[in-house]
Amino acid sequence: MIKNNSQLETRIVTALVNDKPGVLNRITSMLRRRAFNIQSLAVGHSEIDNLSRLTVIVEGGDDIVEKLTKQLHKLIDVIKVNDVSDDNIVSRELALIKITSTPNTRNEIIQLVSIYRSKIVDVSANSIIIEATGDDQKIRALQDLLKNFGIIEVIRTGIIAMNREKINKRKEI
Amino acid sequence: MNNEIIKNGSQMVCESLIKENVDHIFGIPGGAILPLYQVLPEYPQLNHILVRHEQGAAHAADAYARATGKAGVAFATSGPGTTNLVTGIATAQMDSVPLVAITGQVGRPAIGTDAFQETDITGITLPITKHNYLVMETKDIGSIIKEAFHIATTGRPGPVLVDIPKDILQEDGIFEYPQNIDIRGYKPNIAVNQKQIKKASILIKEAKRPVILAGHGIKISNAYQELLSLAEKCQIPVINTLLGLSSFPANHYLYYGWPGMHGMAYSNLILDQADLIIAVGMRFDDRITGNPEKFAVSAKKIHIDIDPSEVGKIIQVDVPIVSDAKTALKELITNVKDKEHSEWLIQIDRIKNNHPLKLRDTQKLIPQYIIKELHEITEGKAIIVTGVGQHQMWAAQHYTFNEKNKLITSGGAGAMGFEVPGALGAQVGRPDEMVWSIAGDGGFMMTMTELATIAENKLPIKFAIINNGFLGMVRQWQELFYEKSYVSTSYNGIPDFVKLAEAFGILGIKVTDKKQVKSAIQDAIDHDGPVLIDFIVESEENVYPMIPSGATVEDMMEEPTSQEIK
Ligand SMILES: Cc1ncc(C[n+]2csc(CCOP(=O)(O)OP(=O)(O)O)c2C)c(N)n1
Ligand SMILES: [Mg+2]
Repeated sequence: MIKNNSQLETRIVTALVNDKPGVLNRITSMLRRRAFNIQSLAVGHSEIDNLSRLTVIVEGGDDIVEKLTKQLHKLIDVIKVNDVSDDNIVSRELALIKITSTPNTRNEIIQLVSIYRSKIVDVSANSIIIEATGDDQKIRALQDLLKNFGIIEVIRTGIIAMNREKINKRKEI
Repeated sequence: MNNEIIKNGSQMVCESLIKENVDHIFGIPGGAILPLYQVLPEYPQLNHILVRHEQGAAHAADAYARATGKAGVAFATSGPGTTNLVTGIATAQMDSVPLVAITGQVGRPAIGTDAFQETDITGITLPITKHNYLVMETKDIGSIIKEAFHIATTGRPGPVLVDIPKDILQEDGIFEYPQNIDIRGYKPNIAVNQKQIKKASILIKEAKRPVILAGHGIKISNAYQELLSLAEKCQIPVINTLLGLSSFPANHYLYYGWPGMHGMAYSNLILDQADLIIAVGMRFDDRITGNPEKFAVSAKKIHIDIDPSEVGKIIQVDVPIVSDAKTALKELITNVKDKEHSEWLIQIDRIKNNHPLKLRDTQKLIPQYIIKELHEITEGKAIIVTGVGQHQMWAAQHYTFNEKNKLITSGGAGAMGFEVPGALGAQVGRPDEMVWSIAGDGGFMMTMTELATIAENKLPIKFAIINNGFLGMVRQWQELFYEKSYVSTSYNGIPDFVKLAEAFGILGIKVTDKKQVKSAIQDAIDHDGPVLIDFIVESEENVYPMIPSGATVEDMMEEPTSQEIK
């Protein structure tokens, strides 16, 4: 279970789904129809041919997540569903943040970005694009700090999550 | 290459349908699906019934499936043909009916261009089908149709739509029909969890006031015998859901009616007093539970359903058993010991005697009396198809269902208009049995166009129109909850249904007096062909008992005494 800034209880569900036209539509149509509150949804190729992996962040407790996993399972194109919220997982999200910058503020920005172990990926005359990776909290914190410079645009991929190795020795990298 | 296996897409569809043992199709042709229609004469095994409206095709195929246990098949052309199917598909989805809809689509190059009669029917039916397909390659026809039938008929059955572009129907290719299929994300037959069976058996052993609540799943999985065996072995009373009616003989000493908004008062009271509910193949619909927080609070619940997403959806259960009804009941039977519940049975008999289902004694022509007579004269052997509304509830209350699979009605969707095409599909599916459509005047007028189909195919369906001149069920709500403000529920100018029947070449009989009822029903039965009886009934009769929407047994209104009725 993860708590984010807004203090809403959220859960992370991952699913292995067919990589075919219309599958995402089936999933989002079900989420809408059954009135699940989704904070983010990320999907991309998996290690298996023709299968995609999906990470859904849903608002709600045990009962909601149980309903969600069952409804996902019911879709013919969904192969496997896991509620990984209570597992030992690594979860990450990528954000691109474009902010206003002037020669005066540039140094301060570079410092902040390096404290947050993020990257500057583009520098233009009046703006900078920052690439940040991390969990929801870290990205929100960075975004909050950057607010003062003037945020022009934010785009986030949505959280993706993965189980660590099941064996005892786990190391955070 | 073997020349024989070269077919065009349309032929592949027909060959596939034959492999699936399809013998009847309900549909209407049009541009996009025309190539498929043009090869039908090559396949005389496939009897196509030309309906008059695609809603009729979908409802007829649905009722055919409910009557036979096989998948029902509907054809429609692209655009408006497919959208006309939608009500019927949604109805099948709500009631878990295996329906396979095959629809023509504009040619592949035209898809996405808003071409003439292009409608995104897979998009539209996404939330109302179990699954659907847009075929994009001719070689996939066989495997997709095989999957469609497999998905429609296994697990929790449901409608599947297969949309096929016209150019695919015309294109030649090598036809292959797979022997086996393996759908990675669809494994409906999970082994029963023995731990849960053990837990359930203990609850059954410990229960003092158990009830079996048996739904549609009994009929779908053909678990009639198992239901009877478990009930008798442990002396557990059986209550049915609306769709479960005719899954347990109503004349059995362990049968205690059906509950819910318009169910028997005693059935509701018995559920409320039970200490264990064994719910089998049902889904705790709000028409049964009323306020789910207050539903049968004294009872532990065992819930047997093949769809895991139904378990715990509405009601918290103590023992979930994900399984088809037949397998789970068999397991339970072998795991429980014989039991007696004589005290409980005496107690519930008292409830039944104190809160019986009443039939008002009056010289007026009331619907309840007609249905009771119909039951007597047909000896309960007719297949009853209904519309939706008051007449549906009276049919379910007063036509006692002693035999297997005799009631075909739209439950979850509550689709008015089901009564005419539904009867058509039921009669096609069970040609040797007598089919009675108990119709509302309102619902009948929605789909009466299928009388033409019925007459053309000489189907000996008997219609009993319960003609109250009202959208009766809605009028009842207006009477009880809106101070009799009858907004838009009274018909001014109902057609003469007898003349209408005659226009279709069907025998019409008008009944206005109680004394004419028996002979009219007998005349209809004796007539060798379709008959329509227009019963002009008391217009403001109410269905009782009634538990208002979202309320509890405590709010149940029972039949007022005769003096109370003006
Ligand atoms: C297609 C559709 N439209 C509207 C309704 C709402 N509705 C439920 S019962 C009913 C009245 C039905 O009238 P009728 O067929 O005459 O049956 P009665 O209740 O009079 O027996 C209506 C309008 C519905 N269930 N289905
Ligand atoms: Mg009416």
